[in-house]
Amino acid sequence: MSEPQASTHTIPPSNTRLNSYAPVLNTVEVCKRFGNLQASVNINLELRAGEIHALIGPNGAGKSTLIKQIAGGLKPDSGQIFLNGVDVTRLGTAARAKAGLGRTFQVSALAMEDTVLQNAVLGCLGAQSGSLRLFDSIMRPGALRTQANEALERVGLAEHAHKRTSEISHGQRRQLEIAVALTLHPKAFVMDEPMAGLGVQGSSALIDLLGGLRHEAPILLVEHDMDAVFALADRISVLVYGEIIASGTVDEIRQDAAVKRAYLGDEQ
Amino acid sequence: MKRESLINLILLGLLVGFPVWAMFSDEPFFITLATKAAILAIAGVGLNLVIGQGGLVSFGHASFFGLGGYSMGILASHAQTYEPLVLGPLVIDGSQSMPIIWLVAMGVSAVAALLIGALSLRTSGVYFIMITLAFGQMFYYFTISWSAYGGEDGLSIYVRNTFPGLNTLDPIQFFMIVFVLLLLVLGFCARLRGSSFGLALNAARQSSERVKTVGIEPFRIQLAAFVLSGMITGLAGALFADLNRFVSPSMFSWQISGEIMVFVIMGGVARLCGPVVGAMLFIVLEHVLGGLSEFWHIYLGFLLLLIVLFARGGIVGLLAGREKAHE
Amino acid sequence: MTMTTALLAEQVLNGIQFGIMLFLMAAGLTLVFGVMGLINLAHGSLFMIGAFAAAAVAGATGSFAIALVAALAAAAAAGALMEILVLRRLYTRDHLDQVLATFALILIFSEGTRAVFGSFPLFLNIPDALSGTIILPGGIQYSLYRLSLIGIGLLVAFGLYLLITKTRLGIQVRAGENDREMIAALGVDISKLYTIVFALGAALAGLAGALVGAIQSVQVGMGEPVLILAFVVIVIGGIGSIKGAFVGSILVGLTDTLGGIFLPMFFDVFMDKSAAASAGSALASMSIYILMAVVLIVRPSGLFGART
Repeated sequence: MSEPQASTHTIPPSNTRLNSYAPVLNTVEVCKRFGNLQASVNINLELRAGEIHALIGPNGAGKSTLIKQIAGGLKPDSGQIFLNGVDVTRLGTAARAKAGLGRTFQVSALAMEDTVLQNAVLGCLGAQSGSLRLFDSIMRPGALRTQANEALERVGLAEHAHKRTSEISHGQRRQLEIAVALTLHPKAFVMDEPMAGLGVQGSSALIDLLGGLRHEAPILLVEHDMDAVFALADRISVLVYGEIIASGTVDEIRQDAAVKRAYLGDEQ
Repeated sequence: MKRESLINLILLGLLVGFPVWAMFSDEPFFITLATKAAILAIAGVGLNLVIGQGGLVSFGHASFFGLGGYSMGILASHAQTYEPLVLGPLVIDGSQSMPIIWLVAMGVSAVAALLIGALSLRTSGVYFIMITLAFGQMFYYFTISWSAYGGEDGLSIYVRNTFPGLNTLDPIQFFMIVFVLLLLVLGFCARLRGSSFGLALNAARQSSERVKTVGIEPFRIQLAAFVLSGMITGLAGALFADLNRFVSPSMFSWQISGEIMVFVIMGGVARLCGPVVGAMLFIVLEHVLGGLSEFWHIYLGFLLLLIVLFARGGIVGLLAGREKAHE
Repeated sequence: MTMTTALLAEQVLNGIQFGIMLFLMAAGLTLVFGVMGLINLAHGSLFMIGAFAAAAVAGATGSFAIALVAALAAAAAAGALMEILVLRRLYTRDHLDQVLATFALILIFSEGTRAVFGSFPLFLNIPDALSGTIILPGGIQYSLYRLSLIGIGLLVAFGLYLLITKTRLGIQVRAGENDREMIAALGVDISKLYTIVFALGAALAGLAGALVGAIQSVQVGMGEPVLILAFVVIVIGGIGSIKGAFVGSILVGLTDTLGGIFLPMFFDVFMDKSAAASAGSALASMSIYILMAVVLIVRPSGLFGART
C-alpha cells in the first residue's frame, strides 16, 4: 500500500459529466419527526452515477436518521425514496438490498462469532438469486468462496479471512463491512462513517479503494474525517438540524458562508 | 480430529454401549432408561436448532412434544378400536405403524410450528419467550378439556406400535430404532450448520441487521428453522409416547418445555451433541438422585444454578474448550 | 332482574376479581423487567410462598390480618434474598441464562416447600368478617370476600400509581427504565434500588398468593399457571407498562371467566348438550391465547408497549 499521506491525497474527482446522469438514488421531500424533534426536513438528495456524494453535518444533525430511512430501517413520515427511478419507500431493508442498495454501518453489524470469510460469503449468498439451501456445503471452495475472497482481497483483508470477526480490529471490521457490501454488486453504496477507527495508513488505502469504487456504483458517504471527504467527494451536502442547508462541489461548500457558520465554524 | 468430534463419538458410544451391556446383563430397565435418554436427546436436538443456531429462546417446545405424542395416541387408539378417525369430510383409518405415525407427528408439529412461529416471530426477546410459553399452556388446557381423547386422564395404548421387520416390544430393538433416528437427526443438524441456510440462520442470531443488509429476510429463515425444530421435537414426542404407551396433557406442560431447555443448556448451547449429553446426564441424575431423595429436583435446581452462573458453555464446553469458529 | 343478567353480573365481577389478582402478579413482573431487564420465572414461586406463609400463620394464630402481613413479609424477604444471592448476577446475561437460572429457582422453591409442608394442600379460611354474601345495587348477590379482593386490588393499583408518579423512588424507577447509566451518574445506589423494586414486586405476588389462597387450595405448583397467565397479560399490555398490565389483566380475567361460562352456553344453541359442553370448554380454554394472538397481529408490542 502507498505511503501514509492521507492529507495530500488527490483522487481526480469525476465531476466532469456530473449533470448528464439521472440519479441512481434520490429522496424526494423526505420528512421524519420524533416528538418535537424534526430529524429530517424536506430532504431532497440525489446520488448520481459515478459520483461520491458526501453528507456531512455536526453531531445530531440527523445524518444517521436519514441514512436509516434510505436503507430501509426507518419509515419516513412523508416523502419518497427512489432507487434507479423505482419507488422503494415501502420496501424493507432486505428488499432494498435486493433492489441494489449496498450499505455499511457506523457501528459494525457483523456476525462476530463467524469468520471474516463467512461474513463475506453471507454477502455473496444474499446477492445470489434463489433460495437458501439446507444441504449445500457453503464454505467448500467454489464460486461463492472465490467471490468472497476477491472482495476481501480488494479491501485488504485476505490474510485475515479465517480469523473470527471478533478478533480483528475495529478498523478491519469497517473494511469487512465494505467487503460484504462489495459482494452484493449494488447499484448504489450508502456508507456510514467507513473511516472511523482506521489509522492513517488504513484511511489512505480506503480512500484509494472508494475513489475507484465510484465508477462501479456511486457512493453516498457519511463521514466525519474531513480530509477524506475533501479528497473523495464530487459533491457535498451539509445537514444541520435536519435540513440540507447547502449542496454543491467541494469548493462551493468550502466557500459557503452558511456552512462556515453552521458547521465548519463549530469545528474550529 | 477435532476434540469436540472425539467427545461426541465417545458420548454416542456410551449411549449405545450402555443398553447393549444391559442386554447382556439381562437388565431391561437400563435399556429403557437409555431409550428415554435417546428420545429426550432428540427433543433437545430439535430445540437446540432454534436456541443454539437461531438464538430464539423457545419456552414452548412442549407444544410439539405433546402434539407428537397425541398424534401417536390418536392414530393408535383408532387402530386399537377399529374406528376410523373422522375429520369433517376426511375419514382416516388409525395406524399402529411407526413410520406412518412419525410422519403424521412431524406433519402436525410442522403446521403448529408454522402458526406459532409466524405469530411469535413478530416479536423478539422476552416477548418471544413468554408467547411460546403461553402457546404451550394453551395446548395443555385444551387437551385437559378435550374429553374425546381422555381429557385429563390421558390415553393408554396397549401394544407398542410396529416397525416393519423388527420386534418393537424387544427393548433393545426399540432402543436401536430410537438411536438410529437420533443419529439421523444429528446428521441432519450437522449438515445444516455447514449449509447456506445454516450460515444465514447463525448470522441472523448474531446480527439481524447484517442479514437484512445483504438482502435476506431473517423472519423467513427463523420461521423455517422454527418449523424444522418443531418437527424434530414432535418426532421425539411420538417416540416418547410409544415408550410409555401412554399420552396425557402433561406432555404439554411448561415443565417439559423447561426440561428440554435444561438438556440443551446443561449439555452446551449450540454444540451438536450438547442436548445428547444433557439428556443423558438428566436421566442419570433422575435415577441416582431420585433414588437418594424424593426431592431430587432441589439438587437438580442447585446444579443448574451452578452451571448457569459458573460453567457457561455447558458440559461439552467444559470438556472441549471454547468453540472454534467452524467453517 | 332476570336469571341471566344476575349470572352475567356475577361472572363479570368474578372476571374482574380474577383480573385484579393477575394484575398483582403482572405488575411485579413488568416492573422488574422494565427496570432491570430481567425475566423472572420464579415470580410464581413468590406467589406460592405468600400463600403458604399466610396459611401457616393463619393456622397458628387464627388471624387473617396477621397472615396477610406474614405473606407480604415472607414474599418480600424471599424476593430480596433471591435478588441478592442470584438474580443480580444475571442482569447483564442474556435471556436464556435468566430463564434457566430462574427455572432452577422454581425447582428449588417448589421442592423445598414440598419438603417442608408435604404434598397435601393446605387450607386458608376466609376471615369471618368477610365471609358470606352481600346484596349489590340491582339485587345481585355477591361474595363479600371476592368483592373485598377487588377493593384491595384497586387500592394497591392506586398506591402503585402514586408510588411511580409521585415519589422519589418512582422517579428513580422511571429513570432506571430509560437509562441505567443515567441514574448511576445521578448518584443513586443502583443495587439497593434494584433490591427494593424486586422486593416490592415480590410482596405484590405474595399478597396475591395469600388473597387467592383463601378461595382455592394452597399447594405446591399453584404459582406457575398464574405466572404464565401474567405473561399473557404482559404480552397483551406491553412490557414495562403498569397501565398495560392493568388493562391486560382485566381483559384476560374477563375473557377467561366469561368464556368458560358462556362459550358452552353458546354452543348449546346449535349442538347437543354433551358436544356443546365439550367444544365450548375446549374453546374457552383457548380463548385468552386467541386474544393474545389477535393483539400480537394488530400490535406486536402490546397495547401500551413502546412501538418500534
